Amino acid sequence: MSREEVFEKLNEVFRDVFDDEEITVTDATTADDIEEWDSLEHINLLAAVEQEFGMKFNMGQVVSMKNVGEMADIIIGQITE
Amino acid sequence: MRELEYPFDGEVILKKSKKIKRALLEERSDFTEKRIAVLGGSTTHDIIRMLELFLLEQGIRPVFYESEYAQYWQDVMFDNPELRSFAPDLIFIHTTNRNLVFPSVSDSQERVDGLLSEQYDHFRVMWEKIAEVYHCPVIQNNFDYPSYRLLGNQEGVYPQGRICFVNRLNEKFYQYAGEHGNFYINDINYLSAAYGLDRWADSLYWHMYKYACCMQAIPVLAHNLANIIKSVFGRNRKALVLDLDNTLWGGVVGDDGPENLEIGQETPMGQVYSEFQGYVKAQKEIGVMLAVNSKNEYDNAIAGLNHPEGVLKPEDFVLIKANWEPKSSNITAIAQELNILPDSLVFVDDNPAEREIVSAQNAGVAVPGIGTPEQYIRVLDHSGFFEVTSLSEDDRKRSEMYRANVERKIQQERFADYREYLLSLEMRGTIRPFEAVYMARIAQLTNKSNQFNLTTRRFTQAQIEAFAVDPGYITRYGKLADRFGDNGVVSVVIGRKGTAADVEIYRRGETPDTADGGGVLHLELWLMSCRVLKRDMESAMMDSVVEACRECGVGTIMGYYYPTAKNAMVKDFYQIMGFEKTEETDAGVTMWKFEIPAEYENKNTVIAVNADMEK
Repeated sequence: MSREEVFEKLNEVFRDVFDDEEITVTDATTADDIEEWDSLEHINLLAAVEQEFGMKFNMGQVVSMKNVGEMADIIIGQITE
Repeated sequence: MRELEYPFDGEVILKKSKKIKRALLEERSDFTEKRIAVLGGSTTHDIIRMLELFLLEQGIRPVFYESEYAQYWQDVMFDNPELRSFAPDLIFIHTTNRNLVFPSVSDSQERVDGLLSEQYDHFRVMWEKIAEVYHCPVIQNNFDYPSYRLLGNQEGVYPQGRICFVNRLNEKFYQYAGEHGNFYINDINYLSAAYGLDRWADSLYWHMYKYACCMQAIPVLAHNLANIIKSVFGRNRKALVLDLDNTLWGGVVGDDGPENLEIGQETPMGQVYSEFQGYVKAQKEIGVMLAVNSKNEYDNAIAGLNHPEGVLKPEDFVLIKANWEPKSSNITAIAQELNILPDSLVFVDDNPAEREIVSAQNAGVAVPGIGTPEQYIRVLDHSGFFEVTSLSEDDRKRSEMYRANVERKIQQERFADYREYLLSLEMRGTIRPFEAVYMARIAQLTNKSNQFNLTTRRFTQAQIEAFAVDPGYITRYGKLADRFGDNGVVSVVIGRKGTAADVEIYRRGETPDTADGGGVLHLELWLMSCRVLKRDMESAMMDSVVEACRECGVGTIMGYYYPTAKNAMVKDFYQIMGFEKTEETDAGVTMWKFEIPAEYENKNTVIAVNADMEK
């Protein structure tokens, strides 16, 4: 799966979770950029991403992830292993 | 909504919860609002988010109170104006093994026992406080098993083992639940086992977010919880409507012949259907009614049900619709004939096309995607349509009573003359002063009858017992049986002996505190179960009341009708009984007088009253 395809799917997940069809995420997107993205929604977002890509974040990754770009890196790393 | 029906995809629900909620709110408008306090021993945010969806699906629109993180005990035990003013309709306590202090292996048996009762008491005092302050139903989690086993397979054997500890504590919870009404267990021990304990207990969710179970298990937990809640609030389904061919047996009875159906111990598939029939039959014991809805010749359907290896027999069903009508029309007819709403029905059919038609045509009917035969039991069971929160004698007899009503109706159609029909029922009544064995039933009827109820007065069982022994009151209960079955206690009358001047008090809708034993009987309560409408039971009750009056020198009976939203059917009741209207207030209250004549002729001529006692 190319990075573009990963981002395309990530957009869908973000739109579902935050119920907002306008959202488009980039490498630099963080919780500060999306109003509803608080610590409680974060849990739900990660679960939704895991479901979409059929993978799991481990705890170290959850703790260190800084932005959507790093999230995409982890996803690509896991699904191409 | 399909997304929320078992077997559901919890991850999709989690992801799309906002969209699903919007759709649920658009789908209907007749929600009942319930105020639900969620008191957690761990994070509850997403539990509430999921619970809201599953409750909306049941027609319940929840308003939530959520305790601060892990404050479940403090919220109850210390004065809490916020929770008090919230006035919960129900309290859910979400605690798990993460909230327990476990023994260590070096602890003595005494120390372990001490730890056990200490933690049980921690919960018990909280439940007692809730009962005292909030008077609402409580749903309490039992405990899930820990994720690891220090003592390995002997965890359940040694008292120091955590599994042993959880089992003993759960046992105490069950005992409390068994001894206290309005207290229900949410069995997360079973739920976590069915879900898979390793996945359930994924500790990432605890250490990252303080969730006691994994995120993906939350829809399962919320679904289970919503089933208990809707059952507590009386929204369980009532009847299971079943297809026959390839649903209750393998094969098509009309084509293959009853002798070639797959049912019984001979083949693996036959065994599957036998087990399913056994499961369905057992539903009757928890008060679920069974009906058939099958495209078949009637005679073939009966032949299939009479298969010698079959567990279910024709008499297990309250109704059998085997014909070539669309199944959706049969469903409508079944709901009408049983006099229940379509949203009380569950339709089970192996054929997705038939399920689709019923889904589309019969709004409210549950139509589970039942899967393949070996999955039928799991799908029905885990769906929780008939979630048990109380098990009464009435539940166990419900099937019988409805079946008897259907038979009575058939009987009625055969008679041109209604009196002749009533006589054909061979009715036997028992009408007597209140007796100890029936007090609970009399109290139950008094507190739930709304339609055939002249005054809609509610009395506690203690008050009712006091009336029974007070010579200032005349009490009568009525039981009615007929050739089709026994209806049990169906009518209650309470009259207070006083003076004509008491009318002033009754006009205001009040009752005097004591009975002074005058010559006028004031009817404070007259009610009857709608189960026995138009059977002349009310006339028989009247005769008995008149007889009681004559025995103690009461010459006048005063009746009162207080209108409510539900009791219009008895507006003219006293007129029909031969009373004379003396007054009608602006509020619609009517007052009625009956002077007992020297020669009173019994009104009832169709029920044999107290026949077995006199002879």
